[in-house]
Amino acid sequence: MNWAGLYTVLSGVNRHSTAIGRIWLSVIFIFRIMVLVVAAESVWGDEKSAFTCNTQQPGCNSVCYDHFFPISHIRLWALQLILVTTPALLVAMHVAYQQHQEKKLLVLTGHADARHMEEVKKHKMRIAGSLWWTYVCSVVFRLLFEAVFMYIFYMLYPGYQMMRLVKCEAYPCPNTVDCFISRPTEKTIFTVFMLVTSSVCIVLNMAELVYLVVRACARRSQHHSNPSSGKGSFYGHKHSSEYKQNEINQLLTEQDGSLKDMLRRNSGLQEKGDRCSAC
Amino acid sequence: MDWGTLQAVLGGVNKHSTSIGKIWLTVLFIFRIMILVVAAERVWGDEQQDFVCNTLQPGCRNVCYDHFFPISHIRLWALQLIFVSTPALLVAMHVAYTRHEKKRRFRNGEKIDIEELKNEKIHIRGPLWWTYTSSIFFRIVFEAVFMYVFYYMYDGYQMPRLVKCEAWPCPNTVDCFVSRPTEKTTFTIFMLAVSGICMMLNLAELCYLVLKICMKESRKTT
Repeated sequence: MNWAGLYTVLSGVNRHSTAIGRIWLSVIFIFRIMVLVVAAESVWGDEKSAFTCNTQQPGCNSVCYDHFFPISHIRLWALQLILVTTPALLVAMHVAYQQHQEKKLLVLTGHADARHMEEVKKHKMRIAGSLWWTYVCSVVFRLLFEAVFMYIFYMLYPGYQMMRLVKCEAYPCPNTVDCFISRPTEKTIFTVFMLVTSSVCIVLNMAELVYLVVRACARRSQHHSNPSSGKGSFYGHKHSSEYKQNEINQLLTEQDGSLKDMLRRNSGLQEKGDRCSAC
Repeated sequence: MDWGTLQAVLGGVNKHSTSIGKIWLTVLFIFRIMILVVAAERVWGDEQQDFVCNTLQPGCRNVCYDHFFPISHIRLWALQLIFVSTPALLVAMHVAYTRHEKKRRFRNGEKIDIEELKNEKIHIRGPLWWTYTSSIFFRIVFEAVFMYVFYYMYDGYQMPRLVKCEAWPCPNTVDCFVSRPTEKTTFTIFMLAVSGICMMLNLAELCYLVLKICMKESRKTT
């Protein structure tokens, strides 16, 4: 499992994202992960071997390096990127659960042929109802993780700038020793670049959050002013809500108790979904 | 055979798991295997060549490194991840055996749809329930054993900056310095935390399966 594997996992989620979400995912993969793998890792590659201290005291080099670089920038960025991209999997899990429910309903209403099953798999889920809340939570977590990591960076490496020279006094270094960092300017440039892309991602996430909230409120006000125009079909686009309700009514007259319960639960879910598509 | 192949093998098992099992597999692949491959292996990459001892005595550094690090963290984690993910193959084998039996019945004359047989999700009940529960139990045991092995071998989960070595041929006691101890401690704690989360998920899955079977039994008797 590596960055390519993560890309495969997340590109599935892309289908159910908003347009801003897709832009965000592209920025993450092209301007952050790709830059990390293709460029930044080579810049930081010799960070320890080329960290030189003005002493021959064995161990002084290691200790001073550990003192000034408790965690390398590369590892922090890798952790940040993994943690920032994984909330999208919450959405993927929710979508998979909804698709599973739709398939069950298709089986119960007698439309369980291959064509309808394929349609369930392929059709894009509307971000409404409980999925809206899951999506919003995932965006909030992304924002939180980005902010936390930017703060950790600032705490560990104040000012985001890489110094050329650090003065070290840790045991076993005799007195104060000058230690020189390898490629400080290149490292500063990449740090600033990653910081800027991180900020761009934060801005995109906030824009997405605002867009989702505004859309939900607009849908709610539209629903209040024109209640008959609700399109909150559990299936999506093909089946009208009246057609589905007729099917459910027909099935509810059947004898099977568990079937009735299942359908009542699902029609309850549908109504709840229509209500909750607003905020 | 590498982590990618293991992912392909276990992805097939995913289809017959519970939801908690699917979450567990995702956590395993993204927060453990991926972190190991993408970050931890680099941190431990120079562990022996940057292990420095305050002596010029030939052989002292090798001997001291071997004394303090009998098995590297990276190798232990790799073994742990392999052992923890393979009980799922018991379930895959059982599912394959069930399908084979159904195909055999089809060949003997019973009407079964071959395509449906390949794609149908097999429910976790009967002997498969026991196989599945055993696999979870083994996962929990392996996780616990490896967490204990780590604790026992490295006296806790912290990487010291300095170790004092007296093994022959080092003259008297010699100071040896470990490379990147803080970063290593951070990743050790991270991996420990995720291992704990995986154990919780396994325990939750076990409870869920036991509850499900108890409810089914009580529904049957009433």
